[in-house]
Amino acid sequence: MAKQPIITVNNLVKKYDDFTAVNGISFEVYEGEIFGLLGPNGAGKTTTLEIIETLRDKTSGHIMVDGFNIETDGAAIKQRIGVQLQAAGYYPNLNLTELIELFSGLYGIDVSANEMLEKVALTDKAKSKYKELSGGQKQRFSIATTLINNPRIVFLDEPTTGLDPQARRNLWDLIREIRDNGTTVVITTHYMDEAEVLCDRVAFVDGGNIIGIDTPDAFIDELIASGFERKKEVKAANLEDVFITKTGKEWRES
Amino acid sequence: MNNSPKKYNNTKATLAIAKGSLRSMLRSPSAVVFTLAFPLIFILVFGFIGGNGGIKIDVGVAKGTDTTNMVYQALKANPVVHLVLNKTEADMKADLEKGRLDAIISVQKNTLGGAPILLDVQYTKASRENSKIFASVINSMISRINTPPVITPVPMLVQLHESTIEGRIYKTIDFILPGQLGFSLLSSGVFGTAFVFLSLRITLVIKRFFATPVKRYSIVLGEMLARMIFSLIGALFIIMIGHYAFGFTLVNGVVTVVNMLILSIIGLIVFMGFGFVVSGIAKNESSVPPIANIITLPQFLLSGTFFSISAFPAWLQPISRALPLTYLNDAMRKVAFEGATLFDVSHQILILFIWMVIIYTVAVKTFKWE
Repeated sequence: MAKQPIITVNNLVKKYDDFTAVNGISFEVYEGEIFGLLGPNGAGKTTTLEIIETLRDKTSGHIMVDGFNIETDGAAIKQRIGVQLQAAGYYPNLNLTELIELFSGLYGIDVSANEMLEKVALTDKAKSKYKELSGGQKQRFSIATTLINNPRIVFLDEPTTGLDPQARRNLWDLIREIRDNGTTVVITTHYMDEAEVLCDRVAFVDGGNIIGIDTPDAFIDELIASGFERKKEVKAANLEDVFITKTGKEWRES
Repeated sequence: MNNSPKKYNNTKATLAIAKGSLRSMLRSPSAVVFTLAFPLIFILVFGFIGGNGGIKIDVGVAKGTDTTNMVYQALKANPVVHLVLNKTEADMKADLEKGRLDAIISVQKNTLGGAPILLDVQYTKASRENSKIFASVINSMISRINTPPVITPVPMLVQLHESTIEGRIYKTIDFILPGQLGFSLLSSGVFGTAFVFLSLRITLVIKRFFATPVKRYSIVLGEMLARMIFSLIGALFIIMIGHYAFGFTLVNGVVTVVNMLILSIIGLIVFMGFGFVVSGIAKNESSVPPIANIITLPQFLLSGTFFSISAFPAWLQPISRALPLTYLNDAMRKVAFEGATLFDVSHQILILFIWMVIIYTVAVKTFKWE
């Protein structure tokens, strides 16, 4: 695939009073890739995402999203992105079908709620309330709401936090499917194994700066080339593989 | 939205929010309880206590009273008089002393000559007002019975020309219902709006909305629209139950109902303004009720919801006359009972508009989105 940048972030700075959350970040996200923003808590990942998503004002810098300037075309950008927020709630007392209807109204389009729920395998929960869903179902529903406007880019902020291994793998499959359908995915995560298998490229963010952007493989090779060795000999499987093998790949809905 | 590829429809977004919000409200027990159940309970209580709302005089009937004669029949037919039978003489005497009975009567055939019927009435000082009324009831009845119909016209010195204007009986429900309706709108407007916007804010529902192209005014308008529809359905329900079950007076029928609903909308907009302010001031959900009560309780008590403001001491009246609910209640009663048009209550509406300007100025400054 030709590496066409769909998001360009140039020297982004975000200051809160005397605290600098983002300190001159620059990166590009290519069309059709899964791009991971990695870094410890407070590194500025969420702030960066929310500025790109037009939810927060920047202090300085220049950002283009799918050819639109974030400063002047916020409304146009909102129409072509899908956003999943960390810990966002949904309108109370409404079931999933009604929530999808509500969101399609907010996007000003008509979609079939059933089709949207089908994309995330939640049709049997169509009449359930959001709060009645399991953790994995909640995340899948959140992702369904990001797909309503058939976006060019979706942003997922820690979508797998708190999920069990089965639900996590299930979500990976869903995210890959979204990418394979031509949508660019920008994701943040604290799980490096997840970034390794899921992301086409990752950026490490720390202290409001980007300290490296490359493919996961390239980063690992670079580290090994520098003479790094794990303390423990690496085996062909890890404990999560054991967990999945023993408990099965079937996703528990409970 | 100059560079937008397709035209974004704000109305569609507003209506989507209104629809979602209305659905949510109908499923929320607290919204239904505050808007419908509370006012209806008060209306039921006062509806039954008030009865037909007019004066009732309880009159004990002494044992051995002749119930076949015209005096007894006339009293029985009088709607103001409530005859109490089946009580012992001692009980009746005790009740009369305590004022539970306003009078005791005894009607007998006169076997000793003179008038054919003897009417013995005992009044009580324990119930002076009602006793007086009963005395005049008795007097007018007796003079009617004692005056024989005029057969041959005699020259008259004075020709009396009497006319009674068509008055309506002012029932308890006519006072209570508009007050309860106003209170329903007040609590729904203040509590409902404050809770909804606070919880949408702290559960990040609004933040998620902001990630869509929806405009802020669409969110506010959609929510206001939903609350208006919900409260108007509630108001209609209260008016209908009041009218059909308790004889609430609707002077001009449907026109009166429409006018009351228009007043409800104006009142609700003012009260929702208070709700926006509360949602901005409150830090979390548990601080909503105290702040909202500061706004609703004084109006509940001082705006003529239960008692007429004129019954309050003079120093309290200026406070009552500063509150918006006072004017809504006042306008509602005038429209419902006196058949006033909205133009007739333009003074009250003007004051509600002044409140609207004040409260929305404050709301714009205090409201928080995040």
